[in-house]
Amino acid sequence: MSIDLSQFLPSFLEESDEGLALMESGLLDLEPGDDESINAIFRAAHSIKGGAGTFGFNQVTDFTHLVETLLDEMRDGRREIVGADIEILLKSVDCIRLLIEAEKVGETCEDSRIGHTTDLLNQTLALSDSSNEESNEQASVESTNVGGSSQTSWQIEFIPEHHLVQTGNDPIFLLNALADLGEVSIRCQSQLPAFDELDPEELFLTWQIELIADVDEDEIREIFEWVEDECQLNITKVETVEQVLAEPEHIASENTEAPVPQIEPEPVTAPEASIAPTSAPAASTPATNDKANKPAAKATVKAKPDAGSIRVGVDKVDSLINLVGELVITQSMLSELGNNFDLTKVERLNAGLEQLLQNTKELQESVMRIRMLPISFAFNRFPRLVHDLSLKTGKQVDLVINGEQTELDKTVMEQIGDPLVHLVRNAVDHGIEAGEQRIANGKPAQGTITLDAYHQGGNIVIEISDDGGGINRDAVLNKAIEKGVVEPGVTLTDSQVFDLLFEPGFSTAKQVSDISGRGVGMDVVKRNIQALGGRIQVESEQGQGSTFRVYLPLTLAILDGQLVKVGDQVYVIPLISIVESLQAKAELINTVSGDLVLYRLREDNVPVLPVYQLFNLPADNKDVEGCLLVVVEADGQKVGLMVDDLLAQQQVVIKSLEDNYQQVDGISGATILGDGSVAMIIDIPGIIDMALSHARDKQDQFYQSMTQEHV
Amino acid sequence: MEEQEYLTFMLDGEEFGVDILCVQEIRVLTAVTELPNKPHYLKGVINLRGVIIPIVDLRERFGKQGLSYDEQTVIIILKSPNPADNMVVGLVVDRVAEVYKVNRDSVSAAPSFGSAIDNSFLAGLAKVEEKLILLLDMNNLLDQQKLYIQGELAS
Repeated sequence: MSIDLSQFLPSFLEESDEGLALMESGLLDLEPGDDESINAIFRAAHSIKGGAGTFGFNQVTDFTHLVETLLDEMRDGRREIVGADIEILLKSVDCIRLLIEAEKVGETCEDSRIGHTTDLLNQTLALSDSSNEESNEQASVESTNVGGSSQTSWQIEFIPEHHLVQTGNDPIFLLNALADLGEVSIRCQSQLPAFDELDPEELFLTWQIELIADVDEDEIREIFEWVEDECQLNITKVETVEQVLAEPEHIASENTEAPVPQIEPEPVTAPEASIAPTSAPAASTPATNDKANKPAAKATVKAKPDAGSIRVGVDKVDSLINLVGELVITQSMLSELGNNFDLTKVERLNAGLEQLLQNTKELQESVMRIRMLPISFAFNRFPRLVHDLSLKTGKQVDLVINGEQTELDKTVMEQIGDPLVHLVRNAVDHGIEAGEQRIANGKPAQGTITLDAYHQGGNIVIEISDDGGGINRDAVLNKAIEKGVVEPGVTLTDSQVFDLLFEPGFSTAKQVSDISGRGVGMDVVKRNIQALGGRIQVESEQGQGSTFRVYLPLTLAILDGQLVKVGDQVYVIPLISIVESLQAKAELINTVSGDLVLYRLREDNVPVLPVYQLFNLPADNKDVEGCLLVVVEADGQKVGLMVDDLLAQQQVVIKSLEDNYQQVDGISGATILGDGSVAMIIDIPGIIDMALSHARDKQDQFYQSMTQEHV
Repeated sequence: MEEQEYLTFMLDGEEFGVDILCVQEIRVLTAVTELPNKPHYLKGVINLRGVIIPIVDLRERFGKQGLSYDEQTVIIILKSPNPADNMVVGLVVDRVAEVYKVNRDSVSAAPSFGSAIDNSFLAGLAKVEEKLILLLDMNNLLDQQKLYIQGELAS
């Protein structure tokens, strides 16, 4: 008879994720007297608690209950909203997340942070209770939520419809929730029909509950909110009693005394058993604890398989359905046309095909849009991050977020999160100066970090800028020379210097902090972004701040490409990396040291890479003069790719070569062209590396032959 | 009495057999797209209903002289017997011969010497109607690490 609850688990997880995010953002913006926010936070916590209860995640329920108690006090104005409490609540949000994460894989969460936060919560609650009312001491020790002084006695009659349990509701949870409010005594009556009429899947019980608690009717009704339509509920207020505290054991015995008929699988458990704080496992100092646990927690988050579901707006689905409808109409028109076709109908056929083209294009766009999510999904975590970081570093930092509605492919979004976190951390730690220094420099003490996202061409641009000290160009250069990355005495442009930051093991922070500065990271950031087919650019002005600009393709599945011809093969060059295409003029070609050909492009000298040579292809044209050059840029390095012909520009669907073959140098993937043939997509950074290693090989050979001659 | 069906094909006068359950289809060789800096036996890739499939000339892979291709040249599309690995490859062969039921008992071990073919590709020798068929080991043949020799370039 039990309904398979596991089918609802994914939606619970999704909803609790959203709830937690809402709690987090609400807590960060919480101001005293902001009833709406605190209500929203409370509601989120409450639904998580309720949901967790349904699935039997007791750890989550118990913990969330404590959080809720604290929130409740804030909501009723019994507790002032102070920073310390909000910190605890933020920590609790993390804990709930950990607990749910653990429940998802069916484990009990053994993280010491949970115990620690539970203690903190209990302490805070106990503190308020004892200050509120001295006689409440016992209650606060028991950590039930008896807070006020006047207790009301309620008489509740709960008569569920027979089919209540079939809708997935379990009266035990409701009764437990009631028991959480205060002291209850429950009497159960059964109205069993004759045995041959008895349907074992129906419920024939009614309950009379006596509740003594400091609650109003709405709070009681809230518990029954989910079953409101499926039961008769009579709530009557009996009397207002003076504060009488019941022995906890008394509640337990009351409950077990209640005649529970044999249909019920388990007796109503004593409330305090479930609320009892989970004992803290040997809590070491909180700070170290926190740090030690962080990487571990991160690892578990990483390891989880992609949930693989997307929430899609109804409007997107509707537009899809519309388009499919149009497609069907076009299709029937075309088949009608084909039934007895003659040459007079060619025009109509053409029109039909045109329409088909239009439909397919729109359909493709709509389908791709389903994968698009607003970037706020990735940005959401930053207010919390900046909040925590500013506490840790003692810097005042304000975070401004723009363009949250900019849409980005889900896969890209998932993979861009970590690099962005790194960049924001860097901005707080290295970018923003300490308060005194800022004032000394004539800036407001509070630093500002701006996150911005917008579309540009077929790309999305994410900007992380700070108004801090900027990057010290000379420090970077000196460090690079010290590390041997750059030869002393070389002149580099600003952007080339800033690109050095992305070299492995590079950090200019004088002091290694626990936030950043170990010099790992920026190279990883760059690699991650490149793996997504994007690039990163740095702008900085000493004393004014820096801007990191991340360019990403909108989606990973489709790429805007320029088709080019080399020999008899067609290649695709990603449009994002093309700077310009031009025909080489003889007077701008310089041949340096034998093989290397440089092309003068305004103030730059661009090395020319003959694609046919790198790919070992027969080419029509092996002469640089007059040939077509596609100037592409990767890693701040511009090169000219020598091609035979420029063909169309088109969107291509990326196919993996590695599925059935292996990685090919200089090729990032393959695609299928309109005529069904396969074309290779050129990997720009890869082909530049290839050219470099070719050049190095040649040099080695040259030196070898030199030394041999000498011998 | 365990029997297994094999598709056989001719290669330079010898008859080879592949497990018929690994054969996805047999096609006429169409235009291939070349890969840059590929091993000489890899002819390129084709698009088979949206999947990119590499084409290997089995003659050249086995160290024999390759034939020139014409409209009669066929490829056998094989997919890996290992469900975890979806590797698909097209093999260029001289011609497809027969389908035989081969009894396990009539398969003898491949000789460990005297063959130009990498021994790991041979599963055994089967005698069918007084002919000798070289059975190929599908697990090894359809293994990217083994079929495509690492680092060997067409220079």
